[in-house]
Amino acid sequence: MAPWLVHAATALRRNPGYPVFLTRTLLRRHSVLPGFDLALGFTLLYLGLIVLIPLSAAFLKTFTMTWPAFREAVSAPRVLASYRLTFGASLAAALLNGVFGLVVAWVLVRYAFPFKRVVDALVDLPFALPTAVAGIALTALYAQNGWIGQWLPFKVSFTPLGVFVALTFIGLPFVVRTLQPVLQDLHREVEEAAATLGADRWQTFRRVIFPALVPALLTGFALAFARALGEYGSVIFIAGNMPMVSEITPLLIITKLEQYDYQGATAIAVVMLATAFLLLLAINGLQAWARARQGR
Amino acid sequence: MGSSTLAFPAPRLAPMPAPAPVSPPHAARAVTAEPAGVKWALIATALLFLTLFLFIPLGVVLVEALRRGFAVYLAAITDPDAVSALALTVIAAAISVPMNLVFGLAAAWCIAKFDFRGKNVLLTLIDLPFSVSPVIAGLIYVLVFGLQGWFGPWLREHDARIIFAVPGIVLATVFVTFPFIARELIPLMQAQGNEQEEAARVLGAGGWQIFRRVTLPNIRWALLYGVILCNARAMGEFGAVSVVSGHIRGQTNTLPLHVEILYNEYQFAAAFAVASLLALLALVTLVLKYLVEQRLGYRAPAAAGAPEPAPESPSEAGPAAPAHRSVSLEHPA
Repeated sequence: MAPWLVHAATALRRNPGYPVFLTRTLLRRHSVLPGFDLALGFTLLYLGLIVLIPLSAAFLKTFTMTWPAFREAVSAPRVLASYRLTFGASLAAALLNGVFGLVVAWVLVRYAFPFKRVVDALVDLPFALPTAVAGIALTALYAQNGWIGQWLPFKVSFTPLGVFVALTFIGLPFVVRTLQPVLQDLHREVEEAAATLGADRWQTFRRVIFPALVPALLTGFALAFARALGEYGSVIFIAGNMPMVSEITPLLIITKLEQYDYQGATAIAVVMLATAFLLLLAINGLQAWARARQGR
Repeated sequence: MGSSTLAFPAPRLAPMPAPAPVSPPHAARAVTAEPAGVKWALIATALLFLTLFLFIPLGVVLVEALRRGFAVYLAAITDPDAVSALALTVIAAAISVPMNLVFGLAAAWCIAKFDFRGKNVLLTLIDLPFSVSPVIAGLIYVLVFGLQGWFGPWLREHDARIIFAVPGIVLATVFVTFPFIARELIPLMQAQGNEQEEAARVLGAGGWQIFRRVTLPNIRWALLYGVILCNARAMGEFGAVSVVSGHIRGQTNTLPLHVEILYNEYQFAAAFAVASLLALLALVTLVLKYLVEQRLGYRAPAAAGAPEPAPESPSEAGPAAPAHRSVSLEHPA
């Protein structure tokens, strides 16, 4: 038996009914507060059952595939086309949100205008509105006879452009809500100093304010991008879902599942998961950077 | 926090008529404000963008829902399938929100109140569900409980169903809403520190008493905030639930799935009518969220913080809130 198992077994025998194992092995500093074992034990159990074990199922499933079969599943032309669309549209939407999210955050923090509080609260709408509702609403708007679509010279609904529109909707709050607190905490005195030294307003923004916003802006961009990669509900209605043209990767996973191609679906899912985890790491890094900047 | 020290020199160097406020809008306009034209152009740009991408989509749901008249609207939302979808949506939320509430409290208690090895790993793992596509969240439960999955044969022998049945829907909902409450509680409880609980302990309170009479009153608004967000997502979840539901009308259909079915059957008015219920839920969520935010004082960080935490609070940038708030689908500030 492994040493830690022996350790746990003796601990349990000496003190039956009270799992002191976690306290003995993990706790760094003694605390007078009770409940560490119970709370951490439950947390780990719940995390394992709900998240870790099911997620590991996806990885284990792909281990039953041969390497050529896996490669075939994740790099078939139709799959590659879906990556291109998903990544491309997510990137474009996150970029658009980066630009307009900055404007929205700036306006909400710096200016007073009528109904500002209502506008501010509504920025969270994409978080609160179920994605299916957003999907059918955007489709109706941007269809060729829709409120917005009829004024546009090109088709939006049922084209890759529609995917871009839906992902823009989904990603907007991430940029605004990441930038807002940073903008709020900026010291006005620095701007006053820049003005005193002869900088005009644009120079002050470009050389003083914007550099301070960069970490938060990148974080918001990455969050919007990450969310867009996995988005499903708001996209499938507006995309038209034509293979090779307007089919996103999450939809392809569902299509494979419906054809009982569990291995194919899981292989693509594992690629998406790996990308998502890499992005999560990048975002954590960006946030650490942003915090270091802010706490300066 | 550092602003007060930085702010003093300026008024002293140039004794302006109004001594008290540091940044009155009128005095500041000269150097740290944009020309009025730029200001209004920026406001107009922001509002136009938000109108195109947020306000009109919300409006179109309500208009399309009532386009064929109120009778059609009423018929759509009182249809037996719609009612059973509503019931299932409420059931799924009523199970998954309390589950994640208990988890959130347990996770926040051990992470915020104790110092232990592997804490950062645990924090990252709690965030994991947010970075997983909803479709994949559904897929992994199919791999575990589906007919081809690990427990599929065993479940079939015992005549139990998880996938394409209510338990699967609940599980998928629990997964996608997993971090919501924990994420609200952890930064707040970290910022609050242990002193009050330790004092209660010294005065002889037991664990449950400490939690109920000291900790809970301190975190109730953040708890409510987390519950509101968690519930909104639980009721609105589409992708994950879609994978595990099997779309059996009247049995395994939630409201968002019902919207999809109606829409795909070209019953647009009915689809938008049911969607308007969900849009209403979203608006109620935003209003509640706004009200709770006022109580929490999120909007006025440094100024409204508790008077005493300054000395030992390790994070300089205000109450520890930003630390674990931002990756989420919720409000970073």
